[in-house]
Amino acid sequence: MLNIKNLHVSLEEEDKQILKGVDLTVEAGKVHAIMGPNGSGKSTLSYVLSGKDGYEVTEGSAELLGEDLLDIDPEERAALGLFLAFQYPVEIPGVGNMTFLRTAVNSQRKARGEDEMSATEFLKVVRERAKSLKIDADMLKRPVNVGFSGGEKKRNEILQMAMLEPKMCILDETDSGLDVDAMKLVAEGVNALRSEGRGFLVITHYQRLLDHIKPDVVHIMANGRIVKTGGPELALEVEQNGYADILAEVA
Amino acid sequence: MSALQAKIDATEERIAAHDMPQGGWSMAARSEALARLRSMGLPSRRDEYWKYTRPDTLTQVGATNAAVLATDEAPVFGEIDTLQIVFVDGVFDEAASADLTLEGITIERLAAANADIHWAKGLYGALETNGQTPVERPLATLNTAFATDGVLLHITGKPSKPIHLIYRHVSNTSDAILHHVIKVDADAEVTVLENGPAAARFNECMEVDIADGAKFHHVRAQGRDHERRAATHIFARLGTESTFKSFTLTANGVMTRNECVIELTGDDAHATIAGASLGDGDFHHDDTVFITHDAVNCESRQVFKKVLRNGATGVFQGKILVKAGAQKTDGYQISQSLLLDEDSQFLAKPELEIYADDVACSHGSTSGAIDEDALFYLRSRGVPHGEATDMLTLSFLAEAVEEIENEALAEEINERLAAWLARRRS
Repeated sequence: MLNIKNLHVSLEEEDKQILKGVDLTVEAGKVHAIMGPNGSGKSTLSYVLSGKDGYEVTEGSAELLGEDLLDIDPEERAALGLFLAFQYPVEIPGVGNMTFLRTAVNSQRKARGEDEMSATEFLKVVRERAKSLKIDADMLKRPVNVGFSGGEKKRNEILQMAMLEPKMCILDETDSGLDVDAMKLVAEGVNALRSEGRGFLVITHYQRLLDHIKPDVVHIMANGRIVKTGGPELALEVEQNGYADILAEVA
Repeated sequence: MSALQAKIDATEERIAAHDMPQGGWSMAARSEALARLRSMGLPSRRDEYWKYTRPDTLTQVGATNAAVLATDEAPVFGEIDTLQIVFVDGVFDEAASADLTLEGITIERLAAANADIHWAKGLYGALETNGQTPVERPLATLNTAFATDGVLLHITGKPSKPIHLIYRHVSNTSDAILHHVIKVDADAEVTVLENGPAAARFNECMEVDIADGAKFHHVRAQGRDHERRAATHIFARLGTESTFKSFTLTANGVMTRNECVIELTGDDAHATIAGASLGDGDFHHDDTVFITHDAVNCESRQVFKKVLRNGATGVFQGKILVKAGAQKTDGYQISQSLLLDEDSQFLAKPELEIYADDVACSHGSTSGAIDEDALFYLRSRGVPHGEATDMLTLSFLAEAVEEIENEALAEEINERLAAWLARRRS
């Protein structure tokens, strides 16, 4: 599904290298988690994969379903099946959430040469999927993320994911700013989307999200590289001993 | 030659180019306006009030050539049931207009109302004259003196549909001067719509007298003809618990100066003046507003948004004057521009002058580009760059459009905004 090879990335504005050779493969149907201390490059990886400006790839490659991701625009990556759930979803005043969702869904369909979803069909599907995420009609009508609580914003991200039906989902610290109940709700939403044809990359600081979204593989990232890979037990190890031990071990 | 002499000469030259309509109740006001015009002179670049906008094409004798836009686009407000009154290059078109009768309102034309006694006699030129202090607005005075037509609307009830002034532009050199007088009686309510470029050059003056408890709604679209020029004035006086709401869409137009002078004279009155303008290339758009609070517990809102690209220029001069005793005034003023490139500019002069001590006035003026984070967010969801930029541009304009109370009218405006953006994308 997602193949990252020897990825090196610098900031465009300053001569600072953030990723220093990341190798990662996420298979369809699997959930991979990336954990790591602050500044290890986790969020940068998610931004580079989704196509945010300001980063320069100096070496290496990233492919989704065999297509070179790094060479195409963010909207093309999305149409190809990549989705990033933002750590800080952006507020867009004046654009209704529903309009935004429908534009996104139909833009992707159009890009893939598929028929657009009719207004009625769209409404039916969005209501059904919003309901399971406890997103009410009012939240759908309001401008995108404007005045949403932290939990509402993250639920809205998952709703977008559910509507766009991506093949590869990246969740960037989706647990940040969430209380236990909100985290459970978000995790349930993610789990409902787990399927054989879909890969997940869950980026998180803490193990607690992984109690709810059970990973198949856990990677530890530090200083721009993946330094250790293991099973779910690796996350527990981090929870108990912190990163220091692991980093000392691989140093 | 001194600047003063040049001004006098230019003014006299312009005056000589017009014929004053003769006879009837408006003669006194017209003659008096002519005298006032002579004493103040037409604006020149040296006048402080015209620092950001060159008045020459508005003051010169005759209109500069302006091509007529050929379009098969459905007219604005076409989906709405209205009473249509059509002017072609400033000349009333009876065949194209509706029967001017509707319950709750009397509709007459300025050019056709020639009796010696008329309700509009006390208003024609009166609000315009009031609006000349502390800042002179000679183009409005020129209008009072020489207007060839316009509508006289006396609203006594709640007419069932909006009064819709349609301004067609068919001649490349037409120079139109229209003057409207609108009197809204106590507790009456009316919506006035205007659309179209009107002429190669359009000088419009609208005087609106809103009695206690009355409501006046106004939505205007100034047409898409790129080369047309316009100088418009709205003078409004508000009584106790009355409402004035006006919104203007300006998409294209090589020169537009929209002035609005509002006086809140009765307690608990509300005035909103809003505008969305879109300029591409050779586009100069100036919103000049003066709001006077002269009563207790009144609210005023000024909301102006401009989208500028390819060297377009936007101007905002907005002032709130709160007179002594106008306590509990709530004045809000925002003027913002979205600059789509580095060649465009926005010049803003927000002013507050407050002589009461218990007031809440806020003002803000900003210039900015498209928010890159929001753009990336939309693109990451699959919305292509051009469409995402349009969505964010509409989002920027939304605050102004939301000032339109009627949803169907707001929707008409939104469709025009989206179409304007879409045309520039293809």
